[in-house]
Amino acid sequence: MLQMHKVSKIYRTDSVETHALREFSLTVSDGEFVSVTGPSGSGKTTFLNIAGLLEEFSQGTYELDGRDVSRLSDNERSQVRNEKIGFIFQSFNLIPELDIYDNVDVPLRYRGMKAAERRERIMRVIDLVGLGSRLHHLPSQLSGGQQQRVAIARALAGQPRFLLADEPTGNLDSAMAGSVLDLLSEINEAGTTIIMVTHERTLARRAQRNIMVSDGRVSTGASNLHVATAANA
Amino acid sequence: MFRYYLKLGVLSLRKNPVLSGLMVAAIAVGIGACMTMVNIQYVMGGNPIPHRSDLLYHVQLDGWDPNEPAQEPDEPPDQVTWLDGSALLSAGEARRQVLSYRTARVMQPNDPEIRPFQVEARATTADFFPMFDVPFLHGQGWDKSVDDSRQQVVVLGKEINDRIFGGENSVGRTVVMNGDTFRVTGIIDNWNPVPRFYDITNNPFTDPEEVFFPLGVAVNKEISSFGNTNCWKPISDDGWQAFLNSECVWLQFWVELHGDAEVRDYQAYIDAYSESQKALGRFPRPLNNRLNNVMEWMADQEVVQDDVQVLLGLGFLFLLVCLLNTIGLLLAKILRRTGDISLRRALGASRRAIFSQYIVEAGMIGITGGAVGVALTWLGLRGIEILYGEFDFIANLVRMDWVIVLSAVLLAIVAALAAALYPTWRACLIHPASQLKTL
Repeated sequence: MLQMHKVSKIYRTDSVETHALREFSLTVSDGEFVSVTGPSGSGKTTFLNIAGLLEEFSQGTYELDGRDVSRLSDNERSQVRNEKIGFIFQSFNLIPELDIYDNVDVPLRYRGMKAAERRERIMRVIDLVGLGSRLHHLPSQLSGGQQQRVAIARALAGQPRFLLADEPTGNLDSAMAGSVLDLLSEINEAGTTIIMVTHERTLARRAQRNIMVSDGRVSTGASNLHVATAANA
Repeated sequence: MFRYYLKLGVLSLRKNPVLSGLMVAAIAVGIGACMTMVNIQYVMGGNPIPHRSDLLYHVQLDGWDPNEPAQEPDEPPDQVTWLDGSALLSAGEARRQVLSYRTARVMQPNDPEIRPFQVEARATTADFFPMFDVPFLHGQGWDKSVDDSRQQVVVLGKEINDRIFGGENSVGRTVVMNGDTFRVTGIIDNWNPVPRFYDITNNPFTDPEEVFFPLGVAVNKEISSFGNTNCWKPISDDGWQAFLNSECVWLQFWVELHGDAEVRDYQAYIDAYSESQKALGRFPRPLNNRLNNVMEWMADQEVVQDDVQVLLGLGFLFLLVCLLNTIGLLLAKILRRTGDISLRRALGASRRAIFSQYIVEAGMIGITGGAVGVALTWLGLRGIEILYGEFDFIANLVRMDWVIVLSAVLLAIVAALAAALYPTWRACLIHPASQLKTL
């Protein structure tokens, strides 16, 4: 379970304070597929950064998988990211000089796994995304959809509890986007909790629940699951 | 993980070959310039006889001019007179002692095909060979009875034995020098102590002499010194005997002493000798006799000259400038890779992991730079050899051994790691979210 309570994030410069999140409260249950939508600058990026422990927040509490992650050291945050969270980025963010196998291997390396176990996991997730025949291709030798599949394989290799996806189909045509969404749905059905930021309402509807973020707050939550907003918390 | 970091390092170096090449070149040039001077300083200041340097003592007696020291500020002369040298030699108060001087002889080979030629020679005493651990290819030196009986024997260097006898074992055969016949007792194997510690006063970086023969024979035949001769008093008369009786210093005197007690005893002995000479009207200066072991003697005589120290300092400064360039290049390289670093941090890399990755990469640059630097050091030394090839002794200063090679690589690695510290620290501070675009 992911649980944020009255989380605020303020960016400060010498003369300006920007409230990116204002008492943002949200609970995502295990196994949910949640989409997050909202206009540009609404705070959804900041929310995902904080949810993924890529950024610290100014106020509030945040529990991830039952653990208060508000005061973790940098090393502990790295470890939690590595073990519990998988990331999928809009621009894939594959390492261009590494082949598919080695790209998927990156998070496993930092977990200190033995080579045999890493290999078994890598082969399994690469087969899952349908790229078993492209193991030693470089990212530049793949289509956009295939690159995003590699990114998904990389995110899944560590068997994370949570998958955070930022516009995962933003750089793909509709056919490829549909196939990636199908893959995410399958992953969710297998038990992984997914939080996906998207601009496209049609894609957002594929999730079990849609969260609208506006002005740093959860403005609406359309779903059959519990949504806590700053207003009613 | 180390192998993984090595793999990433190789990929990174290949990804930016120009930048990587510039970094390697910066380190290599710095190492090459620096190690060229280090090498010369190392050879100049090296211990030429490490296993015996603490047992061998150079003797200085101050019987110089009462009005001024032999060398400022209050140094005794660096050689001894015949009167004093022969007296100390005869007394035999040390375990072993060597009195010698540098000269030259004309070698007249029996083979009419070989024209007579001049050779550098040393007139010395029997203990020279065991004291200075001279290696023999054939035969040996001579014993003290030969010194006493003034037999005409000779020890040849390998090179001259090759020249005269075609490299055969010539022990027992004879050579003619300046019309006198000498019987060969031994052939010295390759032997080239650098610096040539036993006679620093006559250029410590020249090769050892090729011919050694008894001092008594040399003095008896009135063979002049070809080394430095300094006198503070006019010689009373013309002729060889007057020169021997003069206050001119021209011989080197060494003794072998084991342990502090023997050194103290010998110091007391030479001081007592000075007092005895004062009683005879010699040695007008206050007591100022010295015993220095090999390394002390070389330091005292400043075998490593000041200009070499200055050049060494400049070499290190140049390396520093090259390292500053490397820091800039590494910083540029790492700043170009912020996306990669952010991504790795997001995927679970700790700061320590990022630090290790880039330090390993810097180490690889250092090793490569060190290897190229060794080649440049070799080129630098060859350049010096070509530039100053007219001086025979230069070849002894531009020798390169494994210590220098390993030191160059080690210095390059340390330098590269030092240069990498700041850029790597900056890499560790890169925020995981900073370069991941919209996430």
